Amino acid sequence: MSTITRPEADERDMVVMDLAKLRRVPWYRQPRWTRLFGMVLAAALLALATGPNASTDDIFFSVNESMTDGVRLPVCIALMVAFWAFFEFVPKAPVERAKATARANTVDMPAWQNTKKAFDKTPVKLGALAVVVVVLAVLPLFISTRWNQVLVGNVAVYVLLAIGLNVVVGWAGLLDLGFIAFFAIGAYSTAFWTGSLPTKPPVELNPFLAMPIAVVTCLIAGVLLGAPTLRLRGDYLAIVTLGFHEIVYLIANNANGFSGGSGGATNIPHPSVHLGFLDYEWELDPKPYWWLIMGMAAVVVFLFIRLEHSRVGRAWTAIREDEIAAAANGVNTVKYKLMAFAIGASTSGLAGGVYASKTGFISPESFKLMFSVLVLAYVIFGGMGSIWGVMVGTALLAWLPEYLKDWVDENDRITYLGALLVIMMIYRPQGLIPSRRRKRELTLAKEGIGDADAMTEPAGGRIA
Amino acid sequence: MSTTSMTKETTPQTTDAVVTARGLTLRFGGLVCLNDVDLTLNRGEILAVIGPNGAGKTSLFNSLTGVYVPQEGRITLSADGGEQNLLGRKPHVVNRLGVARTFQNIRLFGALTALENVKIAAETRQKSGPVGIMLGMPWARRNERASDRRSHELLDFVGMADKLNELAASLSYGDQRRLEIARALATDPQVLLLDEPAAGTNPTEKLELAELIKHINRELGISVLLIEHDMRLVMSVADRVTVLNFGKVIASGTPAEVQHNPAVVEAYLGASDEEAVPGEEDK
Amino acid sequence: MTVQEFWDYLIPGIALGALYAVIAIGYTMVYGVLQLINFAHSEVFMVGGFAVLMVFTKIDFNDPSVGMSVLLVLLGFATAGFAGAGTAFALEKVAYRPLRKRNAPRLAFLISAIGASFLLSNLAGKLFGRNNHSLTIPFENKKVFTVMNAQVTVLQVLIVCSAVIMMIGLDLLVNRTKMGAGIRAVAQDAETAGLMGVDIDKVISRTFIVGGLLGGIAGFLFAMNSSVGYTMGFFPGITAFAAAVVGGIGNVRGAMLGGLLLGLVESFSSPLFGEEWRYVSAFVVLILVLMFRPTGILGERLGRTA
Repeated sequence: MSTITRPEADERDMVVMDLAKLRRVPWYRQPRWTRLFGMVLAAALLALATGPNASTDDIFFSVNESMTDGVRLPVCIALMVAFWAFFEFVPKAPVERAKATARANTVDMPAWQNTKKAFDKTPVKLGALAVVVVVLAVLPLFISTRWNQVLVGNVAVYVLLAIGLNVVVGWAGLLDLGFIAFFAIGAYSTAFWTGSLPTKPPVELNPFLAMPIAVVTCLIAGVLLGAPTLRLRGDYLAIVTLGFHEIVYLIANNANGFSGGSGGATNIPHPSVHLGFLDYEWELDPKPYWWLIMGMAAVVVFLFIRLEHSRVGRAWTAIREDEIAAAANGVNTVKYKLMAFAIGASTSGLAGGVYASKTGFISPESFKLMFSVLVLAYVIFGGMGSIWGVMVGTALLAWLPEYLKDWVDENDRITYLGALLVIMMIYRPQGLIPSRRRKRELTLAKEGIGDADAMTEPAGGRIA
Repeated sequence: MSTTSMTKETTPQTTDAVVTARGLTLRFGGLVCLNDVDLTLNRGEILAVIGPNGAGKTSLFNSLTGVYVPQEGRITLSADGGEQNLLGRKPHVVNRLGVARTFQNIRLFGALTALENVKIAAETRQKSGPVGIMLGMPWARRNERASDRRSHELLDFVGMADKLNELAASLSYGDQRRLEIARALATDPQVLLLDEPAAGTNPTEKLELAELIKHINRELGISVLLIEHDMRLVMSVADRVTVLNFGKVIASGTPAEVQHNPAVVEAYLGASDEEAVPGEEDK
Repeated sequence: MTVQEFWDYLIPGIALGALYAVIAIGYTMVYGVLQLINFAHSEVFMVGGFAVLMVFTKIDFNDPSVGMSVLLVLLGFATAGFAGAGTAFALEKVAYRPLRKRNAPRLAFLISAIGASFLLSNLAGKLFGRNNHSLTIPFENKKVFTVMNAQVTVLQVLIVCSAVIMMIGLDLLVNRTKMGAGIRAVAQDAETAGLMGVDIDKVISRTFIVGGLLGGIAGFLFAMNSSVGYTMGFFPGITAFAAAVVGGIGNVRGAMLGGLLLGLVESFSSPLFGEEWRYVSAFVVLILVLMFRPTGILGERLGRTA
């Protein structure tokens, strides 16, 4: 195979070079050298990003330091130029061949047949799943309390959130930038029904009873927000959800009489079970919360997988791929979008409820817009549409900053996350562990077929 | 018009209208795409709409299926003993009332298999909701099995039983056309709108397609509205032909009548002017 | 609200609205040619503010004369405009073009834009500190005249005048020049424009540059009105985007109208509902407008019809 492609590639290069000569493109405008220029700029950016922090009295301090500090800039440039040289001059044959094989594998039809059936039939996969479950179950017993806190407070809650957002973004293809608003609504309604807010409920409930109410509240909030806006052009949803988040956040922050203002709510009771034979109370130890949240996540994942492989999941895929064709075949696109939106919102509300009753304390600070964008980033990093990818990606990205705390300034994490998102979208838009359907869609979209998200306007060109 | 309900086994070609469009006028800004178009599709017949590029054929389809909303006119569907207004209805509502369509530039769900493509259309009228599905309720399972069976039948009907699990995007052009027809049939339509089903297919596929269209019409009793450029295909399947030019109906009648109509000949011979008409065909 | 209060809040409202309008144009133009929200536009705005801050700190003027003031303001415009245009140009090259080349879904563009926005804003926070810097205004910001007893300051006059000049200039650019024709052609139908010999890449690049120029200058004006900080782009950015949507996205005049409307609404919501709610007002208006006019006030799009 490679013996055939190599000469062709060389020939093509020759033709390109001849054309370049004919057109008299100056050397510095040839792609190769503009790429080098870009790499040097990227190196400067890297030097700035890794340089010392700003000082309060001289705004030039940080820039000067990172540009003049002995080795930083040269090292960054050397690194980037080496990268560039590797990709420009190392023969492509092995890489190309690997890619070709990969492509051949993905085009292989029978392997794709009905993922669900393949999954059910493979005992190996079920065994692996069982091992993972057992490992996750015993994990808290082997790590320190600090890491247990991270596991519950950062990882588990965000995994639950990400599973919910995956329905909205990954399956229905809608961009929701205000997902944490529903998390906040869930947390605040749990706080309300357990009697921890300044406004008292008619009856004070156990957190376990308050959580379903929180879920339903979020469901209603999702429908109320989605019903008018999901009819609009797809990308309006981004700004509307973002605005919704700000509204919720400011209400939490400012409506002192209801939400406790910026101080938030304190003394939210921990969940407990009193059912005659079963009498248990979750307290300060994080381990039981881990099992609780993982149990919830397992149930949610089980239910959502069923949904994905049902008519609902297929309708979402249809809308994502070609909204006009979906509508022409009788799919009520607004209804299914709204369904995804509401399901996502209620999952977020569930996470909010657990979070509130676990920490016992909530304040608007926990629901800043930044977190909405972070969950979105986690979902995309993991691989939109792939429930396992989303879980792994979220766990990794939620855990990593804690792990890097000793080396990287906490505030800089967002800088790197931003860079990661851009690079990811350019080189691996399908995410860490992509879903099969999503990956195929992206490949098709690359060839100009279909859409891969529900961002087109409803029934294009409707001019009523 | 009469609203006598017909059974599917009745022989075609009656004078009982199933889709009636009156005075349709569609404008985009200053551009008039459809100008006072009247169209009647009788129950059980195959009606072909022909005309040069940019004559407004696809705009007509889009208007009939709710993608565009004409500024003036009426569209009614007489089905199941009642008359339904189609104008201004959303595309999915039009579909559920019994009008299915295919697209000129095939619009399949490329990343899904042929079977899944048909299933999506077959299950749009099912009632099982997300909760029932998540909890694995018996009715949800029953629905799933029903749509599976129906999709198998339809793929068999269009002759693609062996390509169930192939990705739609990897099928051949002719197969993609047939799959799109199967998908449209899965919504149980009374009327099927085919937008240039033979475009891009080879002569053998065209013959098969003509057979398929006749089958759909005779065996399933579905009225067919067909846009087609291939005159041989039109002549071999259509009961009646309507000719559009510059957004206007210029002739209507049997294929033989239309073929010799001077206005039609003029429209096709003078077709070099067609470049002056901005085409909305691809949109 | 008394009549006096009305005038007192109307004037800053107009100034704020003019700023939003200028930023909103950047969003709407990019939407016109690419059909996507340039989420990183708010960082272009921030870069404009920081660029002027750096230059002014270097010059270190003290109580400049009138002539000097004029020069400094012009220098501010030039710096902010250049920095904004450069940032927007680089953004398009890095975060959008590679995605466009591989025909990525629109979701990918949005995420890439959000990533770029994170990167720029937090990099600025790291380099220049996460506190707000006040930008020394290069002139004495005294009142020029009063309207119904409400004061109008030099800065407000400057903001409104420069915004009006920029908007007129842009309108002429889009509607009267060859470059504007290219932009409109790509917005109508990029594919056909490409077939007709329009260099789409170049047009998109230029659109970003023009939008960035306006965004950067708006950053400078905004910085004089309040302060410079790494998050300064966030609220004006999303408000201006909301303004673009309210006005009818893709429509340049709609963006101007929407910006003015949201500026006024924001200004008046302070005395009516309390200072703490002012940032919500824009979104409430946004949602209300979209409910009743899904395509915005000046509905018809510059973009495709089908």
